[in-house]
Amino acid sequence: MGIAQILLLVLGAILVNNVIFAQFLGICPYLGVSKKLDTALGMGFAVTFVMTLAVAVTWPIYYFVLSPETSFFNAFMQPEAVPDLTYLRTLSFILVIASLVQLVEIVLRKVAKSLFDALGIYLPLITTNCAILGVALLAIQNEYNYPISLVYAFGSALGFILAIVIFAGIRERVELMDVPRAMKGVPIALVIAGIVAMAFMGFAGLGG
Amino acid sequence: MASRSVSAEFIKGIWKENPVLRLLLGLCPVLAVTTSVENGLGMGMAATFVLVCSNIVVSLLRSIIPARMRIPCFIVVIAAFVTIVDLVLQGFFFELSKSLGVFVPLIVVNCIILGRAEAFAYKNGLFYSLIDALGMGVGFTFALAAVGSVREILGNGTWLGFPVPPFTAHPWIIMILPPGAFITLGLLVAGMNWITQQQDAKRRQLAREARLAKGGTA
Repeated sequence: MGIAQILLLVLGAILVNNVIFAQFLGICPYLGVSKKLDTALGMGFAVTFVMTLAVAVTWPIYYFVLSPETSFFNAFMQPEAVPDLTYLRTLSFILVIASLVQLVEIVLRKVAKSLFDALGIYLPLITTNCAILGVALLAIQNEYNYPISLVYAFGSALGFILAIVIFAGIRERVELMDVPRAMKGVPIALVIAGIVAMAFMGFAGLGG
Repeated sequence: MASRSVSAEFIKGIWKENPVLRLLLGLCPVLAVTTSVENGLGMGMAATFVLVCSNIVVSLLRSIIPARMRIPCFIVVIAAFVTIVDLVLQGFFFELSKSLGVFVPLIVVNCIILGRAEAFAYKNGLFYSLIDALGMGVGFTFALAAVGSVREILGNGTWLGFPVPPFTAHPWIIMILPPGAFITLGLLVAGMNWITQQQDAKRRQLAREARLAKGGTA
């Protein structure tokens, strides 16, 4: 895969298959922390970090442990005897992601205090962010190889940042508007998200 | 504990504490799979099954699970039931499993299920946990079906596959596409808010009249 195709994959993950607007992954943090621009950016960076790391860890687990064709059991077993562990995919991925988030938190606190202070409060929230598990599962489902999976995860995370930052910018302005009482808060945020999603549909077809 | 009524525990999940329309939990599948009523109902039932089973198990094991390790324990219990649902759907309802796609394994991170395990099943007995899970599950399914109905009728001109006359001529394709999901859910939540606000206003009005009738000041 050449550089041009990799760029197209990143652009596609950011604009065409945006995690929020096209795939509906990670809606909770998207609505929850998008009230201010700086918290939105903090959440965005935390997601980028964990998402790339999660795919970097779950991809080898799937292909070297779970999948019967390529697992390490092949090294010392007859092909018929190799266990098919793919049914453990959901369970193993969520446990790996949950412990990964804990580990990242501990390591960051020791090694990079300033980064920890910036991302700290968002890290525990990320375990139940379905975008992380979703992208890890989609990278397997789309049968990407290892480097492409990483690029895909990073591109998806950039798409999340773009979506949440645009949205936080709009929401800061909507706070000052005269919105009907029943529409205040989440309802108006969802309608705005619908309109932004419509704008993002303009990118459909970009890059094939 | 004895004073709690079973029906109140059940009903609260459907209306007053509806997980989607009032608590705004687990919105990802609500937006993603509601392109038709059928998908919405399928997703709702899958999630309800996981919710009921995980609430039962968590409630039974609540004296064994140590408080510090509870979240990982809940996740393992939930993930086990999600795997069961995933395999059953793939085996017996392949079409539905294909259209729900990645959102079946993603039930494991659905905040409603983890939320009920943490907030209710870990603190309550088996029977009430079961009722709570059923109520929440029905509430979730109801919300999915409501969003799915609006989107399918307006966007496709059908309801559960049956044509709905005035809408068949000019379906609004946008309602089936992602923007329609956000707008429909936003308006439904606003509708719920509006009804609650009307009820609150009426209750306040009645209370004021009652005070005035007793000769007090408003």
